[in-house]
Amino acid sequence: MSPVPPARYLIRAKDLADSRYAEPLGVADLARAARLSPAHFSREFRREFGESPHQYLLTRRLERAAALLRRTDWTVADICFAVGLNSVGSFTTSFRRMFEVTPTAYRAAFPPAAAMALVPGCVVRAYGRPQHRTFREDSSTAGS
Amino acid sequence: MITIGTTQLWVHDQDEALDFWTRKVGMEVRQDVTVPELGNFRWLTVGPVGQPDISIVLMAIPGPPLMDAETTDQVRTLMAKGFAGTVFLVTEDCEASYEELSGRGVEFTEKPEERPYGIDSGFRDPSGNSIRLTQVKPF
Repeated sequence: MSPVPPARYLIRAKDLADSRYAEPLGVADLARAARLSPAHFSREFRREFGESPHQYLLTRRLERAAALLRRTDWTVADICFAVGLNSVGSFTTSFRRMFEVTPTAYRAAFPPAAAMALVPGCVVRAYGRPQHRTFREDSSTAGS
Repeated sequence: MITIGTTQLWVHDQDEALDFWTRKVGMEVRQDVTVPELGNFRWLTVGPVGQPDISIVLMAIPGPPLMDAETTDQVRTLMAKGFAGTVFLVTEDCEASYEELSGRGVEFTEKPEERPYGIDSGFRDPSGNSIRLTQVKPF
């Protein structure tokens, strides 16, 4: 049997970051998934994938945060927590470093999420109609 | 060429459904907007991480004017019985996915079992919808 390449273990950590970014994951959790000590894991991960595990996890979270800013009407704080970060201040700083604007300014540069939602025409027609109608013919009908 | 973009599931409670489909099943939120001019209609979609072009609308059962009260009750009843729709998910490793989702609190109604077409399992979402999770045999 041929030996398993180290990348096979490291990819487990990458998969974990990609799928469980919304949970309070850290580099230690990723190292555990790769069955390596944290220090050794960070070196190996960087050598294999060209960036640190911390960076990989953070950019995954920021990529998701950017999508949520564009496509939902959630608050910035809700988005921060939804992608697994627990400090709005740190989130804003990291986001700004990555996208060169604050989360709020980033969102403002795109059309409102509601305008981009694929709400079907049947729903728009039904919900867009006035809900409380009082027409003269209603009362005349009632009286006849 | 026609492809599938979005499909729909009725749900009892959109917040509960969102939590289930993201935190437990592992899907991503695609869109979540509440539209005031449509009586606060909430358009909520989720989708698999690796398939950005496909999503599921988690649709609250509407009342009037979109749906009359009797129909609303009928849909609720069908959903509670598990007949309001099924999503067929596929996985590369049914046993591993079963372990992962069970670990996050998904209650399986059918554990992974060998079938002629692969390894199949099933669970329900909080609304009662039937969800299949299958490792399909290569043809």
